[in-house]
Amino acid sequence: MSTTSRVLPSGPSPAARSSVLVASSAVAAAGTMLMFGMLAVWFRFRDASPLRESARGKLIHDWLPADIKIPEVATNTMAITMVIACVMAQWAVYSARRNDSSHATLALAITAVIGLAVINAQVAVYLQMEMGLTDGAYQTMFYAITGTMMVLIVTGVAFSVVTMFRAVAGRLGDSSVMSAHALYWYFLTAVFVALWFVVYVQK
Amino acid sequence: MSTVNSTATSGIAPTPNVLGSVANWMTTTDHKKIGRLFIGAGALWMLNIVGVGIALGVERIAPDTAIFNSNSVTQLFAMLRTGASFGVLMPLAIGFGIAVVPTQVGSKSLSFARLAMFGFYAWLIASGLVLGSIIANGGPGGGNSQMVDLYLMGVGVGLVGVIAASVSLLTTILTSRRTGLSLLDIPMFSWSVFVSAVSVVLTLPVLLGSLIYVAVDHHYERLVFGGNEGIDTWLGWGFSQPQTFLYVIPAIGLLAELAPVAARIRQPLRGAMVVGVALVSTAMFGTVTQTSHVLVWGGSLSDKIKSAIPYAWFNLLPVLGVVVVTLLALLAIQKGTPRLIAPLVPTFLGVGMIVVGMAGNAVQMIESVKLSGSVFEEAAVTYITYGAMLCAWGAISYFGPALWGRKIPDTATIAIGALGLFATVLAAAPYYFAKDQVAGVVSDFDYSGPQTAFNAIVSAGHLLMAFCLLSAIVVTIKSAQSGEVANADTWSNQ
Repeated sequence: MSTTSRVLPSGPSPAARSSVLVASSAVAAAGTMLMFGMLAVWFRFRDASPLRESARGKLIHDWLPADIKIPEVATNTMAITMVIACVMAQWAVYSARRNDSSHATLALAITAVIGLAVINAQVAVYLQMEMGLTDGAYQTMFYAITGTMMVLIVTGVAFSVVTMFRAVAGRLGDSSVMSAHALYWYFLTAVFVALWFVVYVQK
Repeated sequence: MSTVNSTATSGIAPTPNVLGSVANWMTTTDHKKIGRLFIGAGALWMLNIVGVGIALGVERIAPDTAIFNSNSVTQLFAMLRTGASFGVLMPLAIGFGIAVVPTQVGSKSLSFARLAMFGFYAWLIASGLVLGSIIANGGPGGGNSQMVDLYLMGVGVGLVGVIAASVSLLTTILTSRRTGLSLLDIPMFSWSVFVSAVSVVLTLPVLLGSLIYVAVDHHYERLVFGGNEGIDTWLGWGFSQPQTFLYVIPAIGLLAELAPVAARIRQPLRGAMVVGVALVSTAMFGTVTQTSHVLVWGGSLSDKIKSAIPYAWFNLLPVLGVVVVTLLALLAIQKGTPRLIAPLVPTFLGVGMIVVGMAGNAVQMIESVKLSGSVFEEAAVTYITYGAMLCAWGAISYFGPALWGRKIPDTATIAIGALGLFATVLAAAPYYFAKDQVAGVVSDFDYSGPQTAFNAIVSAGHLLMAFCLLSAIVVTIKSAQSGEVANADTWSNQ
């Protein structure tokens, strides 16, 4: 006698929900509000500063002290470097999905190094600008907002290093961590570019 | 309702010694314990601000006899304002969320439980710093600059902690729901916690950004943000209305959850209830702009419209949300076969007090009534804070059996709730009538009218609230230790 088992087919497996990715998104949203809030206060002070005639004869807000020169090469390089960090982070996601541990590790290492390079460049900008934190309103706010940005980048570097160690250990199956890492660097780049445009380009 | 059965007493475990118990609580990742730590610490802050309320009320009764010097009075007001928001409303909202939400959405644990625990410790340490600095004349307007720095650092650390705990909460709701449970189908309390957590994650970082500027400026030259006197100007919005509305959203969600339970039917127009709770979060748009949206009814029609639209958007929409929830709760009771469940009493009364406070805030934002900066503002804060405390009592009574497996007596729940309502009205209502008195002062009061009587009534109200609070704490501890054992299905205890 043939026996057949009567077993109901199993239900659909639950949709994959990545808690790391969602938490990173929440942190990114919080960080965006933090930096945009600080930029809003920056705008408020800049718009409240008196008007003066620029060297080109245009009326501009007397916000950036005349004796302070922003090293534009270094700041522009920082912005471009941050965009490259995003590419590297996305490369890590791509490699992880292909189960390519070595390339994922390399991409994450480069991302971390890029983060360190940006921090280094920011320190160079501080040194080249030769201004004290207590020299005036602009200086105080400049150090506060760029310093906060640097703290965020330090957290990004830490995230890259932790993710890299996971990749070295071969933990590539959970690709959502890679995606979360990439998302965090997209967020860092977006807010840095906003800061760069307002503080270093518009001045 | 999508819930999981979960009691506090699972399995037979060896009884740990005292040190082991303390270590267990300090390093726990159990969401029920983390939530209770937040709620317990919040209860201590409640005692603190009720005590400050009594002290200030007594100080105002007799204009000739000063109990405190002027510095102390400034700091007492700072403690009242900071404590109500930072010490009471924030930890209560997060604490109940952490304790209850995972159980309601069918998750065995909290996502990133250690992050939530970090949030608790950050907030707890910050509480100590804030309290210590205010006592040492370092709060907003304080004269001790080092203590002011400490106050700013404390608030900053606390904000980071609250944001961290909120991230943990909203991640749990988004990613750890049981299969098939959509976001819009989760219990109303969990939905309200989700709305509150999202609002906190989007607004508190803005406050943190302003705080970084103020702290850097204060620590160095005090060139830009007005030193200690500028703290309230730049950071005050984070501790007053409408920011406080975001912390009481779970209280409103609790009413939305309890009404159909009492009525024994499914919530009619549930979608509208979901929208009603979410509407309260529109307050966040008013807060992040860091501007008071005052109604100025003058000039041309265009000017009136330009003033009325942002006023209505930022001040009236949150009130509309609470009104929608309350009306739908009443609709559920009217359509069902209602029975009295004890937790509904303090919750309903508490939400009523919150509505009075929110409406008071909306009235205060009308320029022509000239209420801004008066004691009317203090009364609105009291209504909202004490209303939230009443709702917290309702939440303890309702969720208690699910958290520690024992019931809280119905008579105690109802009696403390009713007495709490009386205390809230006494502590706040007189200042709605003494509206022409300046807020934040004790000596410049105009004592020509019935001000002495008003101040005496306010003090009595705070005193009565202190009694309610102590009673609630005693009843809760006693019930948790030796109360009636809850049913095996902890969600059928009402």
